[in-house]
Amino acid sequence: MEQYEKIDLYRRIVRAKLFIDTHYATDIDLENIAGQAHFSKFHFVRLFKSAYGKTPNNYLIKVRMDHARLLLASGHSVLETCMMVGFDSPTSFAGTFKKLAGQTPSAYQRAAREKRDAVKLEPLRFVPNCFAETHGWIK
Amino acid sequence: MISKVSHMCVYVLNQESAYDFYVNKLGFKVHTDAPMGEGARWLTVTPPDQPELEITLFLVAEGAMFDSATAGAMRELIKKGTFGAAVFTCKDIMATYEELSAKGVVFKKPPTKEFYGYEALFMDDSGNWFSLGQYES
Repeated sequence: MEQYEKIDLYRRIVRAKLFIDTHYATDIDLENIAGQAHFSKFHFVRLFKSAYGKTPNNYLIKVRMDHARLLLASGHSVLETCMMVGFDSPTSFAGTFKKLAGQTPSAYQRAAREKRDAVKLEPLRFVPNCFAETHGWIK
Repeated sequence: MISKVSHMCVYVLNQESAYDFYVNKLGFKVHTDAPMGEGARWLTVTPPDQPELEITLFLVAEGAMFDSATAGAMRELIKKGTFGAAVFTCKDIMATYEELSAKGVVFKKPPTKEFYGYEALFMDDSGNWFSLGQYES
């Protein structure tokens, strides 16, 4: 394949990936993305997986779960988080979250809150001593 | 016996813009972001597939570690692109190169065939440079 064609191919796949990154909370039609990138669905899935190690659908789920972790950690409720990352069903959201994160959304949120509180109250617990000394945070 | 690396240190000129670079552009995760009083901040990020490797985004500032002259010299050296801080790897260097370029990351060297696979070189917002590799299995 000519160098230009290869670069063009990659740019189209990257644009599709960036579209998923930005529009993950909406009802994304992956067939539509494939079409907009001028690929057949089969070709699109194959190229996307080759570049990113996941099918577009699995990548979309991963992006939603990444954002869900951030939302839960910042104090949003499980139900709010579910809606904000594009899930219709709290049951489906919780099941998918547990499968990928290894714990329920509530358990994750609890652990994240505990860490946030610990960082606030005792930040030096998270800093290796040598760095704390070089910064002058401990004598 | 030593078992692994838990922290590595990247000296940066501004932690706010470093946060934007490493988290929003490179896609790293925030591990700890702790205000330490008097404007100081302990900020560590982790590569997506290495949640236990904390990269400390260490602000170069006058204080306990650097006197004024040393801090100034460090800043100039970083801005000049003196320090290569790490080697990162990726699954697909062309896709990674296109995406990071689209996000404004500056590359010193585009993906280039080497004997072990491919290599590209990019700079962070301070001037540190990194090798990005795709290794052939």
